[in-house]
Amino acid sequence: MSAESNQHLDSETIAFMDACLQKEHPKSYLIAVLHKIQQRYGYLSQAHMDQVAQHMQIPTSIISGVSTFYHFFRLQPRGKFSISICLGTACFVKGADKVLDAFRTELGIELGETTPDGLFSLESSRCLGVCALAPVVTINDKIYSKVTAKQVPELLNSVKAAAID
Amino acid sequence: MKEINLTIDDQALSVSQDTTILQAAEKLGIKIPRLCYHPDLSIEGACRICIVEVDGSRNFVPSCATPVREGMRVRTNSPEIRQARRDLIELILDNHPRECQICERDGNCELQNLAYAMGVRDRLFEGKRKRHEIEKSSLAVIRDAEKCILCRRCVRVCAEVQGVTNLSQLYRGVETVVAPAYEQGMADSVCIACGQCINVCPVAAFLENNSTDRVWAALADPSKHVVAQIAPSIRAAIGEGFGLAPGTPMTGQTVTALHRLGFEAVFDTNFGADLTIVEEANELIKRLEKNDRLPLLTSCSSGWIKFMEHFYPEMIPFASTCRSPMSMLSVLLKTYYAEKTGRNAKDIFVVAIMPCTAKKFEAERSEHCSADGYPYTDAVLTTREFIWMIKSYGINFTMLPEGEFDAPLGFSTGAADLFGTTGGVMEAALRTAAEKLTGKPLTELNFDQVREVKGLKEASIEIAGRTLNVAVANGLNNAKTILERVKKGEKTYHLIELMACPGGCIAGGGQPYPPDNHYVLDPEIARLRAKALYRIDEAKAIRVAHRNPFIEKLYQDYLEQPGSHRAHELLHTTYTPREPRGIK
Repeated sequence: MSAESNQHLDSETIAFMDACLQKEHPKSYLIAVLHKIQQRYGYLSQAHMDQVAQHMQIPTSIISGVSTFYHFFRLQPRGKFSISICLGTACFVKGADKVLDAFRTELGIELGETTPDGLFSLESSRCLGVCALAPVVTINDKIYSKVTAKQVPELLNSVKAAAID
Repeated sequence: MKEINLTIDDQALSVSQDTTILQAAEKLGIKIPRLCYHPDLSIEGACRICIVEVDGSRNFVPSCATPVREGMRVRTNSPEIRQARRDLIELILDNHPRECQICERDGNCELQNLAYAMGVRDRLFEGKRKRHEIEKSSLAVIRDAEKCILCRRCVRVCAEVQGVTNLSQLYRGVETVVAPAYEQGMADSVCIACGQCINVCPVAAFLENNSTDRVWAALADPSKHVVAQIAPSIRAAIGEGFGLAPGTPMTGQTVTALHRLGFEAVFDTNFGADLTIVEEANELIKRLEKNDRLPLLTSCSSGWIKFMEHFYPEMIPFASTCRSPMSMLSVLLKTYYAEKTGRNAKDIFVVAIMPCTAKKFEAERSEHCSADGYPYTDAVLTTREFIWMIKSYGINFTMLPEGEFDAPLGFSTGAADLFGTTGGVMEAALRTAAEKLTGKPLTELNFDQVREVKGLKEASIEIAGRTLNVAVANGLNNAKTILERVKKGEKTYHLIELMACPGGCIAGGGQPYPPDNHYVLDPEIARLRAKALYRIDEAKAIRVAHRNPFIEKLYQDYLEQPGSHRAHELLHTTYTPREPRGIK
């Protein structure tokens, strides 16, 4: 993923930008363009934002302002394992915040970040609709139920071990 | 425009309908407290300090952002408003370092003054305070996000006046910071080092990268021969640091102050300015003869040069190759002067007193270092830093006798003094070019067409049977306008003067913070400072650069003739396209 993001934006994204530039108030399509890139590449790299700046003639400081303002935008690639902790009401009441703290400590990263080895990234989500299993953690597509802070190191080890196999 | 009738604090008045409550109140002599507001920038409405009561309104309204309405009744002071303003200031203070006594802006901080004026005597709120490291990558401008109060004046001046848009608000809520894209260091950004963010900042979130320690150390080092040069615009502004009215010329006192501080010789950047004109006029005449690379773009302003390298690299071939007056003089000090006085260039420590933060950047450019790597200019002090040094040394500046610059690199013509103001480089160049082209002395030396303190000026001037189309731009948004005209070929220009700061060096990023009754970047201050320079010019016996007898002698002894190989080696420079590329 990260090797790909060093490359130029693909022709589809460029065509989308060109289409936006034809419209009235072209610069107001910045958010739409950033969405498109995130959809395609998973996150917004500095190289890609620089290309948007040149192509749409919008200063990088403005693009940087927009991409850091909206929580939806990711500024780092997702790890091989994307860990998402549900912080919805039920999970929170059942101690999801402590689970999150354990992941932060174990991985040494904050929400929205990825470990330097590219293995894990940390995100939060709101209610997955399985409150009976609270607190819920998903790692990629797999759901882990009634997770406690204490289980976190072991959980990470097992995921890592599975990855090596 | 329709006239609107309203009352403010029970006083009736009528104003045109595009007036805001804040502006209307000013007409009655009511200065509504404000913080983020700046008359020459767009309305932000960020700080809410300027709130007032309007009859029929449920909430207080921000007077800077509210237009007047027919029959409006406004109250600017009531116990409730005063309390609300005080609370707002306390909330800002709560998220601001409690270190006023050791802050660079102590005594001239708008937040500090406002808190005092509003009667904040207690700190009632206690919350979590933001923490940030000071960002010091740039040689010119440092950024202290911990002190920032998010008024966005710097964001606006950078975009609206300078057309650079290097600064933006990043992140949100309590995490919000003002920074370049990706929170890069200023040195890695498109920052042009002009320092206008420092000027408009109400607090100390932006400051020049301080060089005073290095200068004190050099002055105390017996192995160093420490010399100074002062830029034209310093003499017109320095008095403000000591309570004098803007535009009080203090040339002689400045020279004396430098001697008292321990500088062994004091030279005048003006000499470099005269020399710049001789070289630049020669360049212009040659290009006119061959119809080559016109218009010639002036190169004195280091902020403009960096702007060109980031935003208009395609214009580099058009720029004059002349070093700035500061760098020309520094080169001469480490070559000509060193040889004349039998000193090793490495033992000479050149301090330049500049109105400018970009000059700090220029001084460190490799183009302005000798082949063996030492800088020609060792340290650049802004007017503000220099004022502080004088105060710190216990010198009573206004009582000083007038000193004289050291010869020969301290003698200058009136043309050089004009360099400090917008249009001045143009006027100085036109004087010399006209005399050289006609071969006759000018009868009228003043070129009033380029004199006004205004962002963009154009004139057509008849010289020796030909018409020269000239333009003068200051504030780089105006530079963009004129350069786009050039690129589209809308008109043929021959010479364009560009200065980064609005009004030129007199309003540079290193000049004193405004005195009472003026606001920062008030064009009136620039006008008063410019007037002082024009008065100095008028009073001089020689007012055309190439007739400076010491310049003539310098060419005879050392540089051969304008544009010679030797002159090119010493006085000219090159430019490079710079990344990141700016967005026009």
